Amino acid sequence: MRIKEEKAVITFQTTLQAMQAERSLKEADCPGRLIPVPREITAGCGMAWCAPVQELDRTERCLRKSGLVWEQTWRMFL
Amino acid sequence: MIYLDAAATGLLKPPQVAAAVADAICRMGNDSRGTHPASLYTGRVLLETRERIAALFGAQGADCVAFAMNGTQALNTAVKGLLRPGDRVITTVMEHNSVLRPLYEMENGGVQLTVIGCREPSAPRGVLDMEALEQKIVPGVRAVFCTHASNVTGNGNDIRRIGQRCRENGVLFVADVCQSAGMLKIDMERDCIDVLCFTGHKGLMGPQGTGGICVRRGIAVRPLLTGGSGIQTYSRSHPREMPSALEAGTQNGHGVAGLLAALKEIDRIGLEQIAEKKEKLCRLFVQEVQKIPGIRMYGDYDLPLRTAAAALNLGDEDSGYVSAWLEQERGICTRSGGHCAPLMHEALGTREQGAVRFSFSYYNTEEEVLEAADALRELSRLCGY
Repeated sequence: MRIKEEKAVITFQTTLQAMQAERSLKEADCPGRLIPVPREITAGCGMAWCAPVQELDRTERCLRKSGLVWEQTWRMFL
Repeated sequence: MIYLDAAATGLLKPPQVAAAVADAICRMGNDSRGTHPASLYTGRVLLETRERIAALFGAQGADCVAFAMNGTQALNTAVKGLLRPGDRVITTVMEHNSVLRPLYEMENGGVQLTVIGCREPSAPRGVLDMEALEQKIVPGVRAVFCTHASNVTGNGNDIRRIGQRCRENGVLFVADVCQSAGMLKIDMERDCIDVLCFTGHKGLMGPQGTGGICVRRGIAVRPLLTGGSGIQTYSRSHPREMPSALEAGTQNGHGVAGLLAALKEIDRIGLEQIAEKKEKLCRLFVQEVQKIPGIRMYGDYDLPLRTAAAALNLGDEDSGYVSAWLEQERGICTRSGGHCAPLMHEALGTREQGAVRFSFSYYNTEEEVLEAADALRELSRLCGY
């Protein structure tokens, strides 16, 4: 059986926001990747940023520093 | 072939454009439709292109830039997405049918349309009556739709002056920069432009099928098309967030990849360098052909703001005959007729005859310009002028 791990999931309103976030986070070497939004949550955009949960603060800091907006932050087992 | 029809479409492009389109066809998935590498690749290309377009036009950010299939779609979106019955709207005789026809449709639906003419009616200079336009821009007018430059004569309009007047009076300013983008400086903030419509395949040197609309934050434009957006799937209405608000269905990623390559090349060469070269070619052409017996020029070639287009006729010869002769005898491609600008031709007094337009790109040469002038000289002689 697949063992689920706790992850940080950041959702966006638009695809553009998701793509901007991906670029900024990659440039800042923040671990994670874009994933389809898990069915447990709802979001405007079908793409979300998924990162190790311990990276959540750093990820949010990086997004803020880049002046980017996002919809919501979630912690969930995926 | 000598291609002097850049105002219709920029056939002469940087070689990187075709290479980028070919590469994109082999690599692109559908933007916003998945998180696999092919889809994300497209998303990244669209993002970078939006950013470059925003920087080129002084838009507030990438979110203000929505793609369209051409300038016409962008202009239809602006006209139909901003106006409602009862609105008062101003436009000019310098506009292309891509503005005029949607405005006439809206006029039939109850919009009150005022069209501003030229300083000298039925005269060949074709300069917009700016004072008359300014007098009409008063509180209560919904919007002004104005081109940055005529696609017939190349005459430019002072969009900053128009924009400032609009902003002071609470009137929306929609600028059509299809002819000027890639040559004249445009800054949505400085020029007080609320909505800007552009095409990608003329001065921006990208592929046909590209273009877009830039919208100032806080201005809601109703979409022309609704449908798949990759977001808010279960909502019955199309998303309101830009740029998704004005983009429905699969975007022309392949074309946008080509446009991106062109924008990078424009940045590398420099807009000023491009403008200087095009101006020089156009000036040389005008200087040479003005001396030819029977040639009558249209447009004001002393205006400080111009694109690299020049329109003329040879005596009373049909403009179509002159254009066809140039192509058949000397391999020179030009555009004759009405140029989809009926009111401009009426203002110039060329409704029946049309005019022959020569328009120059960064990749034309002085030799080509001199060859075109020589061809006109030969035709003038043949026609007995």
